[in-house]
Amino acid sequence: MENSQEFQDLKFQAIKINYLYVCKRKLWLFSKNITFENKSDKVLLGRLLHEYSYPKEKSKEILIDNIITIDIMSDGSIREVKYSSKMKEADIMQVMYYLYYLKQKGVQKQGIINYPKEKRKEVLKLTPEYEEKVKQALKEIEEITTKSIPPPAQKQKICKSCAYFEFCWG
Amino acid sequence: MQKSLYITSNGRLRRHENTLYFEMGAEKKAIDIENVEQIHIFGEVDLNTKALNYISQYGIVLHFYNYYGFYAGSFLPRKKNVSGDVVVRQALHYLDREKRLFLAYCFVESAVYHMMRNLRERKEAEAYLIAIEDEWEKGRFNISSISELMGLEGRIRNIYYQSFNQFLPEDFSMEKREKRPPTNPINALISFGNSLIYSHTLSQIYQTQLDPSISFLHEPSEKRFSLSLDISEIFKPLIVDTVIFKLLNNHQLELEHFDEDLNYCYLNQEGKKIFLKEFQSKLETTVRHRQLNRNVSYKGFIRLECYKLIKHFIGDQVYSPLKAWW
Repeated sequence: MENSQEFQDLKFQAIKINYLYVCKRKLWLFSKNITFENKSDKVLLGRLLHEYSYPKEKSKEILIDNIITIDIMSDGSIREVKYSSKMKEADIMQVMYYLYYLKQKGVQKQGIINYPKEKRKEVLKLTPEYEEKVKQALKEIEEITTKSIPPPAQKQKICKSCAYFEFCWG
Repeated sequence: MQKSLYITSNGRLRRHENTLYFEMGAEKKAIDIENVEQIHIFGEVDLNTKALNYISQYGIVLHFYNYYGFYAGSFLPRKKNVSGDVVVRQALHYLDREKRLFLAYCFVESAVYHMMRNLRERKEAEAYLIAIEDEWEKGRFNISSISELMGLEGRIRNIYYQSFNQFLPEDFSMEKREKRPPTNPINALISFGNSLIYSHTLSQIYQTQLDPSISFLHEPSEKRFSLSLDISEIFKPLIVDTVIFKLLNNHQLELEHFDEDLNYCYLNQEGKKIFLKEFQSKLETTVRHRQLNRNVSYKGFIRLECYKLIKHFIGDQVYSPLKAWW
């Protein structure tokens, strides 16, 4: 499995899956290393949340194959911690990608998204439909990131809180 | 907002445990390192690699100035946000003659616009304003090379500086602009302010993916970080000159704030402090941005110019330089 073409194609950072659903322009810029997150307050808040949530868990921030980082890993499940459920679809797809990735390595788990600030969680299973959706998403990422110019900026509600706001609209 | 720190005294920057201190003899000042973006060092300051390593963890840029307040150099921590793609495309815009000339023209256009803006409200300078307008309208459509553009810019700048004598206090009259070395107070002020804007621009470029050594109006070989010189053109009249006018016309700076030394003229420590304070408050002054619908500081506008250049290089949006609308 390790050397199959399909598995090679998986070698994307999972954040790209997330960005595909949040903003395709952000995905393109991110793929060219044009990032502005280092000074963003929202990003800092997210980082603090990761640090201070679930202090009892031992296996946190597990890096696999230098490609994906899983927030919390336990016997039956992998958990992703998110600040808010505003980008639910993107979060779900990110976890589905992890599950799919692990499946290619022969590991079967369920996924959980924790929204500690909202005291909510989402339990996910990798279904054939989602598997198909992940494959489709990977193809789309490839298409977007190989274009020579970025998709034009399109105003969305979330633009206001994005680290790229001043870049896109200034 | 991330702060700029100016050190005008002599002393030592020291890391002790996880705090950065500035020590002056027995006096010790803790620096809020989380909120510092850049440190400008004017005094005689000692520091060691322990302090430098700590400073670079936070991506803080250090700018050094010599005894006379002229820019000496910068310590830039290892850059984290590098995009090979942006650098390659930036270089393409330098190599293509037409593309380079377009950007160079943009910088000059914005600089001239801001020079005229400074003179527009001053009745005493009306004749000079008209002269600049004439020169610009006559020259701008006949430019086919960078050197012609530089020539035009030089002629306009001459008229512009001559006009200063009309509205600045008599003590600060100037025959002509002299850079190395400045021999009278007004030239010293312009040089000092330009050094500052240059290093502040470099700090902003450093926060982006642009390569500070690939420039368009200035030759990349001329100075190490010549993109900073290019972008500074826009902000020299907008920030430096307005600070100078304010300080002189309000008599906050007087001849007593200058020292002369052989053929150098420079600000003394008290003078530097006054200038830095006003300069910093100008950088922090905000203006409502029309597209962003947010308040943007003058410093923020420097950053936005960098963003616009990146967008230009990646083929997203054609660069249009800042023209202060307020």
